[in-house]
Amino acid sequence: MTENDKASSRPTVADRSSSAAIAVDHLVKVYKQTRAVDDISFSLPRGSITGLLGGNGAGKTTTIAMIMGLVLPTSGRVQVLGHRVPEESAAVLGRMNFESPYVDMPMRLTVRQNLTVFGKLYAVKNLSDRIAKLAEDLDLADFIDRANGKLSAGQKTRVALAKALINQPELLLLDEPTASLDPDTADWVRAHLERYRRDNNATILLASHNMLEVERLCDRVIIMKRGRIEDDDTPEAIMARYNRTTLEEVFLDVARGRVNGAQEAVR
Amino acid sequence: MTELSLHGGISLHRIGAMILRYWYLLLSSWPRLLELLYWPALQVITWGFLQLYIAENANFFARAGGTLIGAVILWDILFRGQLGFSISFLEEMWARNLGNLMMSPLKPIEFLLSLMVMSLIRLAIGVIPMTLLALFLFHFNVYALGLPLIAFFCNLIFTSWSVGIFVSGLVLRNGLGAESIVWTLMFAILPLACVYYPVSVLPGWLQYVAWALPPTYAFEGMRALLIEHTFRTDLMLQAFAINAVLLVASFWAFLALLRSARKHGSLLSGGE
Repeated sequence: MTENDKASSRPTVADRSSSAAIAVDHLVKVYKQTRAVDDISFSLPRGSITGLLGGNGAGKTTTIAMIMGLVLPTSGRVQVLGHRVPEESAAVLGRMNFESPYVDMPMRLTVRQNLTVFGKLYAVKNLSDRIAKLAEDLDLADFIDRANGKLSAGQKTRVALAKALINQPELLLLDEPTASLDPDTADWVRAHLERYRRDNNATILLASHNMLEVERLCDRVIIMKRGRIEDDDTPEAIMARYNRTTLEEVFLDVARGRVNGAQEAVR
Repeated sequence: MTELSLHGGISLHRIGAMILRYWYLLLSSWPRLLELLYWPALQVITWGFLQLYIAENANFFARAGGTLIGAVILWDILFRGQLGFSISFLEEMWARNLGNLMMSPLKPIEFLLSLMVMSLIRLAIGVIPMTLLALFLFHFNVYALGLPLIAFFCNLIFTSWSVGIFVSGLVLRNGLGAESIVWTLMFAILPLACVYYPVSVLPGWLQYVAWALPPTYAFEGMRALLIEHTFRTDLMLQAFAINAVLLVASFWAFLALLRSARKHGSLLSGGE
């Protein structure tokens, strides 16, 4: 192979972004005087699980909302599964899904009715089979004909996850997927997410405050602070760089602005 | 959900899914069903007895039998049509479900079409018993208006949808703090649309405003039919023309407000 051949086979920026599950390029969101997201760029390969870390107001939710098309960026661009968002959202919305504490499922509808409605919205084929499979996988059978409003927090989270998986999404966006869950249920949800990613080669981007969750699930971590990316690497590399043994310690260093020798090296 | 996907095909499947969602909700809640029946019945009974009393005491109303009760029924088509549309929309805000819908492949036009179908369903549940009550208690058969009734109904329902689309956009943009507009805006139209009296009663300058509202044509048309036994095609055609403009304008406003909501992050909060 000649140098020219090598150069021509090397992926360009455009190629990389079109093959990535998510490509964010110089993304900015300004609300009045506040820069909620301040010129961030990253690209997530398909089949990866990435954790978006940061304190309250770091810009995680706004970033995810811009990836989903719920919030328009002030500048910059977002590409999802090879399509620009929000301009070409119609081409990708059926291939992705999300779960967030900012939304609920209708309370008066039963779990089955909710899943039926969303299954139809996503044009899921063999919907009753799909609902039965999700009920089995996520252990919903005991309360599938109960109104969503009468479920416990853990049961609701499982139902929300079932809704997020109803269309077998290639890309799953999760905002605090295990918030308000007891450790057993949270562990159970994480195991399910790992299995789903492995079986479907799905890409998962999750925002979380739970460092153990991120350490366990994610092969990459993006740490945000005041709308900017503070660090972006594997959990192991980040912990090594900050000379820490847990991501929680790294999180506290970043949140409290503690700059140690290792962090200086990063900068 | 993206406003830019308007040019793509409309999916009856997705519209059906939304109608199913609202149907499940209606069936799950007897107070919601009862409310659909309660207010129209109360209206027709109150105004029906008033009309009976006036008819016994005034020559004009004896001759123009049914104009009051007919106006009540047509007004309810207009008002309940808009409420039927807007309440289905508000259910999504109250349930904090809008984000789920916005993130689904559902397009704005499909969402609005499903709300229109739901307004018809809710209207049928409320208004058909009301018309039967008018027939049973006051011997007023609104269906005897014949084909003109279809023209009145279409014009009123088109206006109700335009108002419903516009106020839904306002709530989308401004959150539930704007909810009161849903309940009150139509009442601003009530005196101007000349529901219970002819346009000629209004001062000259206000008549121009009245004639800018499509419902005015329906109520004038109904009076012409009941009093003069004449169907005013000209009035109906003018109303259809204004309604066409209103529907396009309201849809455009909805998309603009949706875009503004995305710009300001209102879809994430959706609250007050």
